[in-house]
Amino acid sequence: MARDLTSELKFRDPAKARALAEALQRNLDAIGRQVSVMHVCGSHEQAIARFGLRAVLPRQLQLIMGPGCPVCVTDGPEVDEAVALARQGATVCTYGDMLRLPGTSRSLADAQGDGGKVHVVYSVDQAVELARAHPSEEVVFFASGFETTAVATAAAALAQPPKNFSVLSVHKYVPAAMDLVAGSKETKIEGFIAAGHAAIITGWGIFEPFAQKTDTPVVVAGFEPLDILAAIVKLTDLIREGKAEVFNAYPRCVTREGNRPAQQVLWTVFEARAGKWRGIAEVPQGNLDLRPEFAHLDARKRFRIDTAPVRDERASGLESECLCGTIMMGLATPHDCPLFGTACVPESPVGACMVSSEGTCRIWHTYGGAPDLRGVGAPATQEGTR
Amino acid sequence: MEKVVQKIGLKHGSGGRAMRQLIEEVFLELASPVDGIGLGALDDGAALRIGDQWLVVTTDSHVVHPIFFPGGDIGRIAVCGTVNDLAMMGATEPMALTCAVILEDGFPRADLERLRDSMKAAALEAGAPFVTGDTKVVGRGDCDGIFINTTGVALTRRVVSDAGLRAGDLLIVTGHVGDHGMAIMSKRHDLGLQGDLRSDVAPVNGLVRAALAAGGDDVVAMKDPTRGGVAGSLHEMAAKGKVGIVIEEQAVPVRDEVRAASDMLGIDPLLVANEGKAVIGVRAASADKVLAALRAHPLGRDAAIFARAIAERPGAVILDTGLGKRLLAEPEGELLPRIC
Repeated sequence: MARDLTSELKFRDPAKARALAEALQRNLDAIGRQVSVMHVCGSHEQAIARFGLRAVLPRQLQLIMGPGCPVCVTDGPEVDEAVALARQGATVCTYGDMLRLPGTSRSLADAQGDGGKVHVVYSVDQAVELARAHPSEEVVFFASGFETTAVATAAAALAQPPKNFSVLSVHKYVPAAMDLVAGSKETKIEGFIAAGHAAIITGWGIFEPFAQKTDTPVVVAGFEPLDILAAIVKLTDLIREGKAEVFNAYPRCVTREGNRPAQQVLWTVFEARAGKWRGIAEVPQGNLDLRPEFAHLDARKRFRIDTAPVRDERASGLESECLCGTIMMGLATPHDCPLFGTACVPESPVGACMVSSEGTCRIWHTYGGAPDLRGVGAPATQEGTR
Repeated sequence: MEKVVQKIGLKHGSGGRAMRQLIEEVFLELASPVDGIGLGALDDGAALRIGDQWLVVTTDSHVVHPIFFPGGDIGRIAVCGTVNDLAMMGATEPMALTCAVILEDGFPRADLERLRDSMKAAALEAGAPFVTGDTKVVGRGDCDGIFINTTGVALTRRVVSDAGLRAGDLLIVTGHVGDHGMAIMSKRHDLGLQGDLRSDVAPVNGLVRAALAAGGDDVVAMKDPTRGGVAGSLHEMAAKGKVGIVIEEQAVPVRDEVRAASDMLGIDPLLVANEGKAVIGVRAASADKVLAALRAHPLGRDAAIFARAIAERPGAVILDTGLGKRLLAEPEGELLPRIC
């Protein structure tokens, strides 16, 4: 198998995890009050939930997932546009997570059921290939994700795609999500864990103005359990010392400058503009839209998208109880939601956070519902295990 | 808030929560009081008192697709599944097996003979004689090739249920987990994985006999982790024993090939079916003795103590990842339909 088990195990060493948990406890004792920190990435939440890391965190520390799921913040009317395009006869390609994301009344899966041409793709290149293979069809790539996937979309746009290919962009921009939370009056977040993979592209330097402006420390973290624990320890160091600095805890992948060529590709094709994020608010610089020079590739400019037949702004009974927006802002957890795990489950999701594999609710549900297990079942004695 | 389903779905046959709910809602009505363990206990089989012994009865229908897969076939599963269910009740000397076959019009005779040979070989390994059978043929499309039902009976002096755990007990799994399900999944979806992904399908009655001989009355609960995997078995044992169970994830034996396939598919090996394994609950004092006896048997060389019962959180299965802890959710549904 092409797998490096040794390097994986290096980041999953229980003894090191225990040492980090102890360091964390010392930091929290020194700080002497409740502290809340936020990460903004579905992949971080998956690792935290998968490995049960919250069970080793000090009780004074709250680790919250913020708006780190680009699928979840894609707004209903944006999905309506894709559904309408499928209805108008276009072939709509998108990532698997987007298929069941509800619009104001219908999802792309519904559109597929109605006979619309909807394809799940694993990369933008597959959508481009599909357009090449079917020159008589209009192929629209419903493009979601943060900077990471936006770079791939941008590269495809620059690689002279066929004339029948276009992009309906719902790409979102990570730094905007952090601005949003830090700027909220209700927030109690004292530090951020930034997503390592997005920082590979943007570089960690991008967070410096943010840290200064909001007086909040930021630590860039990788995705192995020990990466995350080490980042939290560092973040609480900075909080304890009162330093609003940026620290790169993922130096094996992230540099200060980031991937310059990728940034150039990204900003050649896209510009950050204000947009509505589902359940949250209008976010300044939150959306990545195609620049005017790429109007020929922009599905919004190329087609007259008629969303009226698929639009229904009246929320149904259940949706009005959904807490996705408050959960993504870090002001509630799935446990606060009356629908979580009962009326809202992955097989029949009510809110976007249960649809996407990057959503907080979906992740918590998959990994046992995230009850507080601190202190339950004291560690086994050595003779107890083998 | 969950509504009563009006149509049966594949998830109702997958060994998870949905299946248990369906059985409880529909079939429990057939249960009547017996002297021993009856339908109401929803165990691997029934145990009826006969003099100073117990007659253990179990039945199982086999619908696995594809019918031939790496490491076995539907015939071998049909024997092993039933022999293993008897063994899980403590009845390791099968007295008799029945074999009822439903065939689809057009099924190749050569395949049927190949399956017969496979059943014969498995029955010989288990020491289980076939004593009667039934053959039906249905029209094309009315079934998929072949379905096989087997029933087994055996006598035992002591019945082991799946409800006998109490806090402090240790749990042993008799070898690598997830082999069967991953072999089927890999074959069915043509994953093209390198390495030797083979089903573990085997009769474990001899292995269980060795455990019982070593541990005696200290062997308190057993379950074969087929559909629903080890997670499904532990959920039942925790609920019925009214204990919590903590799994030490790093002590669970998993082959590298299976782990790689699980990572690729995003499926936890603990949720994947096994057909030649047992999960055995033992009083802590006898755990090492039982483990040694299992490891001395060819089918138990990779046996490991991997979990323990606790008084807290009755009914819950907790996964200690070595880095933290979380609940292991009970498998809900169609992870892999028609696995056995």
